[in-house]
Amino acid sequence: MGCEAMEVEGISGLEFQKKQNVAIVGAGMTLWRRRLLETGRELSYLAVKQALEEAGLTLDSVEAVVMGSAPDAFDGVHMKGDYLLDGAGGSDRPYIRVFVGGGTGVFAPIAGYWHVASGLFDVVLVVCEEKMSSVHPHAQTAFRYIWDPILERPLRPNLTWIFAMEMRRYMEVNKVKHEDIALVAVKNKRNALDHPCAQLAERITVEDVLNSEPIALPVRRLDISPPSDGAAALVMVAEHLARRLTDEPVWVTGVGWSLDTTWWTNRDLYFPRYVAEAAKMAYKMAHITDPRKQIDVVEPYDPFDYKELHHLEGLGLARKGEAPILTREGVTERDGDLPVCPSGGLLGVGNPIAAAMGVKACEIYWQLAYRAGKRQVKKEVTTGLCQAWGDLMQIGTVMIMSNKRP
Amino acid sequence: MGRAGGEEVMVSPEPRAVKKMEWLRACPPYAQGTPLREGDIREKRVTFVEDHPDIRYSWAAGQAISKFLNGLKEGKIYGVKCNKCERIMVPPRMFCELCYKPIDEWVELKDTGTVLTFSISYVGPDAERLPEPAIPAVIEIDGASPGMGILHVLGEVKPEDVYIGMRVKAVWKDEKEREGAITDIKYWKPLEVRK
Repeated sequence: MGCEAMEVEGISGLEFQKKQNVAIVGAGMTLWRRRLLETGRELSYLAVKQALEEAGLTLDSVEAVVMGSAPDAFDGVHMKGDYLLDGAGGSDRPYIRVFVGGGTGVFAPIAGYWHVASGLFDVVLVVCEEKMSSVHPHAQTAFRYIWDPILERPLRPNLTWIFAMEMRRYMEVNKVKHEDIALVAVKNKRNALDHPCAQLAERITVEDVLNSEPIALPVRRLDISPPSDGAAALVMVAEHLARRLTDEPVWVTGVGWSLDTTWWTNRDLYFPRYVAEAAKMAYKMAHITDPRKQIDVVEPYDPFDYKELHHLEGLGLARKGEAPILTREGVTERDGDLPVCPSGGLLGVGNPIAAAMGVKACEIYWQLAYRAGKRQVKKEVTTGLCQAWGDLMQIGTVMIMSNKRP
Repeated sequence: MGRAGGEEVMVSPEPRAVKKMEWLRACPPYAQGTPLREGDIREKRVTFVEDHPDIRYSWAAGQAISKFLNGLKEGKIYGVKCNKCERIMVPPRMFCELCYKPIDEWVELKDTGTVLTFSISYVGPDAERLPEPAIPAVIEIDGASPGMGILHVLGEVKPEDVYIGMRVKAVWKDEKEREGAITDIKYWKPLEVRK
C-alpha cells in the first residue's frame, strides 16, 4: 500500500529558525447545529471556556488571541473580528482576526503557531466561530458575493457549481465512480455518531447518497456538508510552559499554506495543487519525507465527500486516483491503517466554516493526546495532519502535529 | 428554563460534573448550545431582529476586462498573449500572473470551444430550486492556450447529452441587445452529438 515519497525538496525560504517549540494543551467546541440561539460572541465564549478548562488555565494567563471567522456577509456585520472580540477573550490584549475562507479552520491555528514560535508570546488562544443561520433564506445567498462581480455573477451562479465541476473533472480524469465517492459520506456520517457535537450523524448507505436530491450534479444532497452554527477553540503554549500544564502536550511540528491563481477556469481542477504546495511546506518543516508512512491519522477538509479523496491525493497520502481505492478497502476507517476523518468530519459533525477547526485541528490534537474517547483510532498514533481549503477553491492550509517533542 | 419571544425554548445543558481526569479521556467532554427549530424565527418563538441591507455597487471593469466586454458587444472574444511564457490567456488580464510582467498583445479568439467540465444545476443563487436545470460549464476557448477556459452556461442541449470534451459554439444575443456584458453570449450550444 506504499505510495511514492512526495517530492519535498526545492521549497525555498523555509530555513525557519523558530524561537521556541509550540504545544497545544487544550481544546474546546460547542454543539454544532443548523441554527443555534446563541450569538457568535456567546458561542466563542463557550468554546473558549471549555478549552481553558482542559488546559487548566484562566483567561488572565492568555497573552494574545487569534480569531478565525469567515465571510462578514454571513452575519451582515462588517469587521466581524471586532464584533466577536469579547466573546473570544480578546479585549485588552493583542488580538487579530485571520480569514482565508474555508481554509480558516486550519489557518487560524497556523497563525496561533507563529505567534508562539516567533517568541512574541508564550500563551495564545485560537478561537474560530461561524454563524451561518442569520442570513436567509440560505447561506448560499451570502456565498453569491464570492463570485467575480463582472464575469461570473451575471450568470446567476450558485457556489455549488464550482464544486460540482471540480468533482466531475476529478471523476473524469481519475476514472472514479460516484459510488466510490459516496463511501466517504457513509463513513464520516457514521463516525460522527460518536461525536457529542454532531449535527448530521447517521447511518446511511451508498444508495442513499446516490438517490438523494440532486443539487448540482454530480453533487447530490448527501454529498454535501450542511451549513452550521458553532465555535471551537485551542490553547497554544511555549515549550517551557507545556510540561508544567500537562503530561500529554501535542506539538505543532509543521505548518504550510499556499494559494493557486484566482483565474480558476484556467486551472485543471482534477488535482488540488494548492494543497500539494501547502503540504510540501509543512512536510519540510516537520521533516516528513514519506507522508504515507509517517502520518498516522488525518483530518482532511471534507465539505463534500469527493473533497476528502481529492485532498488525500493533494497531500500525497494517496497517489492520484488511489484515494477511492483506499476508502473502499477500509484503510481510511477508524480501525484502518490510515484513519481519515475519525471525528466524523464536516459531513457528519457539521460545517460552520471557520469553526471547522473543531473537527480538524482540535480532533488531531485530541487523537494524539489519546483523549478522543469513542472516536480514538485503533492504531498507535504519533503524528497527525489536518488540512483545510477555501477562498475561491484555491487555498490549502496544512498543520502537522506530533505527541513526540520536535 | 429560559424564555425568549414569550415562548419557552430549550436551554443548554450544564456541563456534566465529572472529575478532570475522567473527562480528559473523552473530549470534548460536553456540548453546549441551544438548538432552534426551522420555524422558530418565522413563527416568532425566539427574540430576533430583522434587516434587509440594500447596498448598491458599480464596478468599473478595469483595463483588461473593459476591452473584453466591449469585444463581446461586437461579437468578438479577446484574449491576451505573454511572449515570455507564450500563453494566450482568457479571460484577458493586463499582466501575466506567472511572469509578473505586462502582457504583450491582444489576440482575437474564436467563438467555439470545448467543454472541460460541467454541472447540471437544480439550484439558483439563493439555493432556490430551478424549474429547468442550468448547465454551467468551463469552456476552453479555441485560439487560447490549452486549459484556458471561461465560466459560462450551455443551452440547446439535453442535460444527459452533455459530456467533457463536447465541442460548443457561442450563441450571441442580437447585436442591438448586446450591452458589453458576459451575458452578451446567451449560452453555448453543441456543435456535435456524441456517437
